[in-house]
Amino acid sequence: MSIFVLTVALFISKVFLTLAVATAAYRILRGPRAQDRVLGMDTLYVNAMLLLLVFGIGSGTTLYFEVALVIGLLGFVATLTLAKFLLRGEVIE
Amino acid sequence: MNALADLPPWASVMTSLLVLVGSGLALVGSIGLVRFKTFYERVHAPTLGSTLGLFCILAASMLYFSMAQTRAVVHEILIGIFVTTTTPVTFLLLVQASVYRDRFEGSDPLAGLGEDRAVVKTLVPSSGIANGSTAPPGC
Repeated sequence: MSIFVLTVALFISKVFLTLAVATAAYRILRGPRAQDRVLGMDTLYVNAMLLLLVFGIGSGTTLYFEVALVIGLLGFVATLTLAKFLLRGEVIE
Repeated sequence: MNALADLPPWASVMTSLLVLVGSGLALVGSIGLVRFKTFYERVHAPTLGSTLGLFCILAASMLYFSMAQTRAVVHEILIGIFVTTTTPVTFLLLVQASVYRDRFEGSDPLAGLGEDRAVVKTLVPSSGIANGSTAPPGC
């Protein structure tokens, strides 16, 4: 019984997060300006990280956690670098 | 194949609720990213998913693995600390870049805000804009 509840909840949660990733991808493709696309990419990173954590709960292995940690680290660097590029026109001065 | 551990009922229901609330918040934040009109409104929406949504899912993961492995599993706190400290920094820099680009094109997004404008003006120095030396890339 408890396994059934958890399975259904994890499935609904995966559907929600997939829709969230899809809306972020829509903003990346559609975004009128560059900063909208950067914002959409940051949202996509965070949502994909949450999706991996939910997958990790579903599969029971801690491997997904490490992937989520790496995404959390690298997504920050990517967004910061793109924002710096939009501000200054170059990344390393 | 079903790899889910057989948890006690309260832990299972608790994990399910936390996962559902967290993913629902992330979805609401992402829908806000699509539905808001201007960039400065859109910046607010995704932080819903990256703060409370992230915390709910991390709490669900910690609860599940702690109950399944019968020992405390708290290394998810690392992700929580890292994302909550870095998200404000990136969005602050992104909004700063956006204000700079809008002013470079001649439309000041902060016009008509009254006294708030003097505060923001100190954050974004306008000297580089007046000279027009560097054009922002990829408009």
